[in-house]
Amino acid sequence: MAKYWKLIYNGIVPGNPVFVLLLGMCATLGTSSSAMNGLMMGVATAAVLICSNAVISAIKNLVPDKVRIPAYIVVIASFVTALQLLINAFMPALNASLGIFIPLIVVNCILLGRAEAFAGKNPVVDSICDGLGCGIGFTFALTLLGSVREILGTGRIFGFEIFPEDYGMLVFVLAPGAFIALGYLIAIVNKIRKTC
Amino acid sequence: MILSLGIITAVAGALLGVVYAATKEPIAIMQKEQQVNAIRQVAPPFDNDPEADVWTTQVDGTDFTVYPAFKDGKLQGAAVMGSSMNGFSGEVKVMCGFDLDGTVRNYEVLSQAETPGLGAKMQMWFRDPTGARSVIGKNPGTTPFYVTKDKASNGQIDAITAATISSRAFLEILRRAYDSYVKYAESKGVTVGDAAAQTEASAKGDASSGASQQWDGEKTGEQK
Repeated sequence: MAKYWKLIYNGIVPGNPVFVLLLGMCATLGTSSSAMNGLMMGVATAAVLICSNAVISAIKNLVPDKVRIPAYIVVIASFVTALQLLINAFMPALNASLGIFIPLIVVNCILLGRAEAFAGKNPVVDSICDGLGCGIGFTFALTLLGSVREILGTGRIFGFEIFPEDYGMLVFVLAPGAFIALGYLIAIVNKIRKTC
Repeated sequence: MILSLGIITAVAGALLGVVYAATKEPIAIMQKEQQVNAIRQVAPPFDNDPEADVWTTQVDGTDFTVYPAFKDGKLQGAAVMGSSMNGFSGEVKVMCGFDLDGTVRNYEVLSQAETPGLGAKMQMWFRDPTGARSVIGKNPGTTPFYVTKDKASNGQIDAITAATISSRAFLEILRRAYDSYVKYAESKGVTVGDAAAQTEASAKGDASSGASQQWDGEKTGEQK
């Protein structure tokens, strides 16, 4: 049991996909314009990551080494497409807020990165824990980045007003602000990791 | 090697096929429901089936769909669905509702991918009564539906702060939707902007039937 907790913890803090591994930057920068968007994208990615890790780990002995990457991509893309169809059909409210992000998950290198680095070498349960940990870590990072950008850019967090919007720095909602905020967050996280 | 990759893709393909087949119908129902809800929200009260009476036209190569609203066989206005590719990122799709005289009743942004926090605010911005932001209750036939920055067009609508391009696209859809509605109304023998006369004329028309076709014949006949 302790092993599984360690795997989950590893994905959240020491091996955080965004702040430490710097994986999936494209999706991170693009979808973290508000705390809610970041949270939604994180949850969707986590769901696919857990499923794809489990399946890839289960089929790892059936896939020859030379074709493992295309095989992994097929698995990931299938899960994303299935998820998109299901959300479209049965959860219209979720579709409205999450719809545009779901296709982005396919090109998120966290999925392929974890498949290649972990799920392809470890048993199924371990891989699920790793997916869960990385998923939570990714969600946490995206929500944090989204919150920072939303507060600085619009004076709100999760839609609640903290200070009037007119005092917000618009640049943080736009792409350059994503880079600036992410840079500072990584610096802060590195500082914290070094001191403890 | 080829065999195992082939098997994996075949299995994945088959599973996706199953999911697609299972979700195809719910998705279609859901989309139709959303559309009907949007029509209901923006169009004047009606007792016909606007989707059955649908009328399509093209403005500069873009499709505009008019969902006419009839009550007791009389044209009350319409919901018009239109889109524009001139936004900041990708297509903007809006359903807007017009009263008989072309006044904007309400609108719903159906889909857009504008910048969050800027252009994405269009769903709320253009109904905000602050300044000259709101388009509700204004008539594109009498008010120039251009952003105030466009002095040459005598613009009368405040653009979203720092999202002029998105605002222009939005107003363009509304202008074109209005034109489509006017065109549709003309095809039904109603001159938009001459609403009072129309109300009087149609009062003599077929008041009981909801069938627009029948009403059309009588209406045009009368105006001659």
